[in-house]
Amino acid sequence: MAKVLVVTSGKGGVGKTTSTAALGAALAQMGQNVVVIDFDVGLRNLDLVMGAERRVVFDLINVVQGVAKLPQALIRDKRLENLWLLPASQTRDKDALTEEGVKRVIADLKTKFDWILCDSPAGIERGATLAMRYADEAIIVTNPEVSSVRDSDRIIGMLDSKTVRAERGERVEKHLLVTRYDAGRAARGEMLSIDDILEILATPLLGIVPESQDVLRASNVGCPVTLNAASSAPARAYTDAVRRLMGEQVEMTVPVERKGLMDRLLRRRAA
Amino acid sequence: MMNVMRLFGGRAASAPVARERLQILLSHERGRSGAPDLLEMLRSEILSVVSKHIDVDPDKVVVRMDRGKFVSMLEVDIEVPNGVQRSKMVAAT
Repeated sequence: MAKVLVVTSGKGGVGKTTSTAALGAALAQMGQNVVVIDFDVGLRNLDLVMGAERRVVFDLINVVQGVAKLPQALIRDKRLENLWLLPASQTRDKDALTEEGVKRVIADLKTKFDWILCDSPAGIERGATLAMRYADEAIIVTNPEVSSVRDSDRIIGMLDSKTVRAERGERVEKHLLVTRYDAGRAARGEMLSIDDILEILATPLLGIVPESQDVLRASNVGCPVTLNAASSAPARAYTDAVRRLMGEQVEMTVPVERKGLMDRLLRRRAA
Repeated sequence: MMNVMRLFGGRAASAPVARERLQILLSHERGRSGAPDLLEMLRSEILSVVSKHIDVDPDKVVVRMDRGKFVSMLEVDIEVPNGVQRSKMVAAT
């Protein structure tokens, strides 16, 4: 059974696109057939983060409007053959996406893939509501920071009321993914802790991605961090999160950087 | 106290402040989404029932909802001054 998963947050800049790419790649590495869809019409970036920006010909809007067929718009990842991207368009027309059109595209994708990851735009407008509309599950990306937590709360409310599942009286299974976490600062009381966030949002935790230079480095080169630096702390956090998504019991930890002496010396020279 | 802590290199922890501000804010906002103005409706009706019998300051009637995993807590907080006046509405009837 194909699963539709929306990666959402309300607030911008918390790591939705980075997380979509990393989770999609991790799922594909585990042998799943995965498509990641960029719903951020006008400000597409998933193609860039995945290093496919020069291969975009057709996009989601073209498919929705019938200008292109779905297979023409799907871009296969260069590194993983079972990972595909459906890019957003750069057109500024916000209304180009219709509910009916999105429904058709997702129904079509469901026959071809195991996982459909919808990368939501920031905000609570049309793009964000359409991205979550047909979701079976949701990943809410949250930073340990007041504005992000507040917006996550708002999005959780929308997942419980504005999705097709909610309207049918069913549940969208929700998972919280905390990104840019700094365990040291949380321990010193300088940053909201995981317990604080969980208590406030009352949503099950999927993973804790530590603040790390590896994330920026991966997006710099256009490669999901789970592929670009597979043994790095954030990559391990994303991989653990994916294993939990697939039903495995994985102990919840905050992965830390493995720094040997040589590693430190080399990194200093490189920086 | 704050200054002393700062002298020794540590700054007062700000996370507890963040947490408390969020809890207060969200308990209000959650009332608004989902059921429209449920909390405000409850507040005004509770206020009208209570003020039939005792004089209360409308600003001192706080209704809040804390959403938990399994149950939510509806908290009604009404400050009644000592030597409270029985409401004129009751006195008149």
